[in-house]
Amino acid sequence: MNILDPQGPIGAADKTILIDSVAIMLAIVVPTIAAIFAFAFWFRASNPRAHYLPTWAHSGRIELVTWSIPALTVILLGGVAWIGAHQLDPARPVEGTGSPIRIQVVSLDWKWLFIYPDQGIATVNSLTVPAGAPLRFELTSASVMNVFFIPQLGSMIYTMNGMADHLELRADNEGNFQGLSAHFSGDGFPDMLFDVHVISPLAFPDWVASTARSDQVLNADSYGKLARQSIEPGRPTYRLDDPRLFGNIVTQQIPPGPGPHITSESAQSYLGAADAR
Amino acid sequence: MLGKLNWSAIPLDQPIPMITSGVVVLVILGVLAWVVLAGHLPYLWREWITSVDHKRIGVMYTLLASVMLLRGFADAIMMRAQQALAFHSQGYLPPEHFNQIFSAHGTIMIFFVAMPFVIGLMNLVVPLQLGVRDVAFPTLNSVGFWLTATGALLVNISLVIGEFARTGWLPYPPLSELTYSPGVGVDYYTWSLEISGVGTLVAGINLVTTVLKMRTRGMSYMRMPMFCWTALASNLLIVAAFPILTATLAMLILDRYFGFHFFTNEAGGNVMMFMNLIWAWGHPEVYILVLPAFGIFSEVVSTFSGKPLFGYRSMVLATMAICVISFMVWLHHFFTMGAGPDVNAIFGIASMIIAVPTGVKIYNWLFTMYGGRIRFTSPMLWSIGFMVTFILGGLTGVLVAVPPADFLLHNSLFLVAHFHNVIIGGVLFGAFAGYTYWFPKAFGFRLHEGLGKAAFWFWLIGFYVAFMPLYAVGLLGMTRRMQHYDVPEWRPWLILAAFGAVLILIGIMFQIAQLVVSIRRRDELRDRTGDPWDARSLEWATASPPPAFNFAILPDVRGEDAYWDMKSRARQQDLQKQEPDYEDIEMPRNSPTGFVCAFFATLMGFALIWHIWWMVAAGLVGAFATFVVFAWRDHDEYIISAAEVARIDRANLAERRELVTAAGSA
Repeated sequence: MNILDPQGPIGAADKTILIDSVAIMLAIVVPTIAAIFAFAFWFRASNPRAHYLPTWAHSGRIELVTWSIPALTVILLGGVAWIGAHQLDPARPVEGTGSPIRIQVVSLDWKWLFIYPDQGIATVNSLTVPAGAPLRFELTSASVMNVFFIPQLGSMIYTMNGMADHLELRADNEGNFQGLSAHFSGDGFPDMLFDVHVISPLAFPDWVASTARSDQVLNADSYGKLARQSIEPGRPTYRLDDPRLFGNIVTQQIPPGPGPHITSESAQSYLGAADAR
Repeated sequence: MLGKLNWSAIPLDQPIPMITSGVVVLVILGVLAWVVLAGHLPYLWREWITSVDHKRIGVMYTLLASVMLLRGFADAIMMRAQQALAFHSQGYLPPEHFNQIFSAHGTIMIFFVAMPFVIGLMNLVVPLQLGVRDVAFPTLNSVGFWLTATGALLVNISLVIGEFARTGWLPYPPLSELTYSPGVGVDYYTWSLEISGVGTLVAGINLVTTVLKMRTRGMSYMRMPMFCWTALASNLLIVAAFPILTATLAMLILDRYFGFHFFTNEAGGNVMMFMNLIWAWGHPEVYILVLPAFGIFSEVVSTFSGKPLFGYRSMVLATMAICVISFMVWLHHFFTMGAGPDVNAIFGIASMIIAVPTGVKIYNWLFTMYGGRIRFTSPMLWSIGFMVTFILGGLTGVLVAVPPADFLLHNSLFLVAHFHNVIIGGVLFGAFAGYTYWFPKAFGFRLHEGLGKAAFWFWLIGFYVAFMPLYAVGLLGMTRRMQHYDVPEWRPWLILAAFGAVLILIGIMFQIAQLVVSIRRRDELRDRTGDPWDARSLEWATASPPPAFNFAILPDVRGEDAYWDMKSRARQQDLQKQEPDYEDIEMPRNSPTGFVCAFFATLMGFALIWHIWWMVAAGLVGAFATFVVFAWRDHDEYIISAAEVARIDRANLAERRELVTAAGSA
């Protein structure tokens, strides 16, 4: 999950900006820290060779410099931020080989649902994508806020109920990676890890075909079960019943997730670890 | 009769909170029994609980902050232990307990440690530095303190009765809405902060008024010590920002209690509105905390370098610039919400602009040291430790203000490391520097230097060992608030961080030892000059501890560094010769209003949390009746006679002269 080991162009560009910004700042931070140590050491009270300037408290020239150095640095970094924010806007389309893969992401309590509307399939806690193709994510939440984040592919984004966010990513290298939720969402939050399988573009249709043979169907009924608070240790796959499912979740035609069930005898530990697992 | 409250609210099956709270209750009962049996209760009531003296209230604020620091730190070390253990396992804390701990840790550390610590120091010092006898609204000041204490008490009651919020220290809806958090935890959070928020607001109004209206003769704005400037800026921010917090939480309360839809998923509620509002308060809050710390460092660096503060006017400008810009950057807390590139870029750049005045401040302290004769006392060590640590925290802060970098680091442990870097390295180090620096002024004796330095080194090294690994593990993709995890690369860093927390624990133990040892050896550490550090501002011109009226004759200020100026002139003129004309001094009478008000507020808050409506009414009526009784008072001041003032002042002057003569003849 090392963000300094990116596997796609967005992650790589984010990382470059991260490194560049640190380098720009280190250029003034290191000398300043060195000066703090040097001044503190040299002007110690026990040093007879240091000049004592008991009334020296003003110098227009020095103040001009001390305002200019941080200001110039910020102008430089501000440029980086402006250009970076535009070039790496999460919704901005990414180039790639082949046609974009549309993936609809729903964060549930406490699992991730990935819907492939064009392929008519859906998976839970496991995302399979072809290398090199633009990945066009639409994201929403079935209940509380979460953040969709695959550290090695780059930019994260919030998922919120009643609205859809857009994110474009690309994975360049085949392999198995991990994604997670980067926003606390309740007791099952740490189990919102998901697998990311980047496979060759040639293998992708095969994977789609085998997934489409799943004996489970994702419809209002099975979605209702998924939307209940629970942790999903397995990696179930589904045939998609209605390709408008995601839209129905975003427009709240399917109501938001129900939250915890309160039983009268245990209002206190209404969601103990034992029940959740 | 008791609303939602019944026996199941007490977590008898959970040993950790039960044992902890049992011990705490025993300690409190023990202290109370000692106070009553030893006959200290009348003294405590007369001199502290009902006191409206800004110095006493300042000390009580600081004491509250110190006690709460122990609670918040206990939470911290439990979290670090959990994350060190919970690899491929559940650790020792189930999620519903772990989630309460990190929520309580953040809430307590910000609202009941950092806030009361800086407000306490401002209360203690600002009137003395301005050369006046009290704050603008002394009784209101007492009310503010006791309402803050009410909030702290309610948060701690949640340990035993019911539960605390499991939503993080800022309860983002919809998780904090009734649908997803049906327990009383979020209610404990909201009512604690509604009540203590009123306390903070009145403290802010009081200090702003004090600085604007109550300076001594000759104390023009551009002669005020830097700490007064930063206190002014910080309290202006309190007055502007805290009503936003109160209103935002009130909306959440309406959602939870009356089925409103401000932030719900349904019926047009908007969760993004909550994030905007809470951070419109939350980002200024950061500067409410750190600006007074900047003021403390300005005083300390100048005093122990034996020089005036370099670039005073730049410093004032930088302070006020931060005060204004801090209101224009809140959106950087959610770049990853998909606001669009223009919005993200503008708020990113605005956030960076704050780094300019902050950087200027660092350089001004640097050049204050230049040409100085630096004495490495423990307040100075905290200040140098701060300068280096805070620069690193600033670097990572500006880094996450770059939107694409934030797209990788948002909510990660890198971010957690960043804000601990600035809050511990900035606010807490500043609070500790101020505590050590002004302790002799408040109590008349210094703190033990050796133990203070030991505490500093353990804190400093402990901080680096605890939080540098969190930067690393954040770069490895680890997000905050994980109760358990299965990623092997994270584990070594988390074990190292837990070790750092142990080093900080040793630092805290040294601080406790320092306090105990200093009290036991107070006679040898006695400060009889009123000016133990050879300092420069007016608080050192009076005795330590100062008399109730602070100054027998209000000082006449003729320049910056008022007391340094007086000392130089006194030396030239061979000390003061003729006796001043003492006059009667009117001081505000003590008042139990604050304490009684807070008692009823506690009742009301607790009742609101548990839906005990008759008790809500009783608390409300009681608090209002207290206010009416106070408003109808006949005597609100008492007179200290000129003879008494003269006696106290002559004794102080005689002691000082004796010391100066002794030093002169030696």
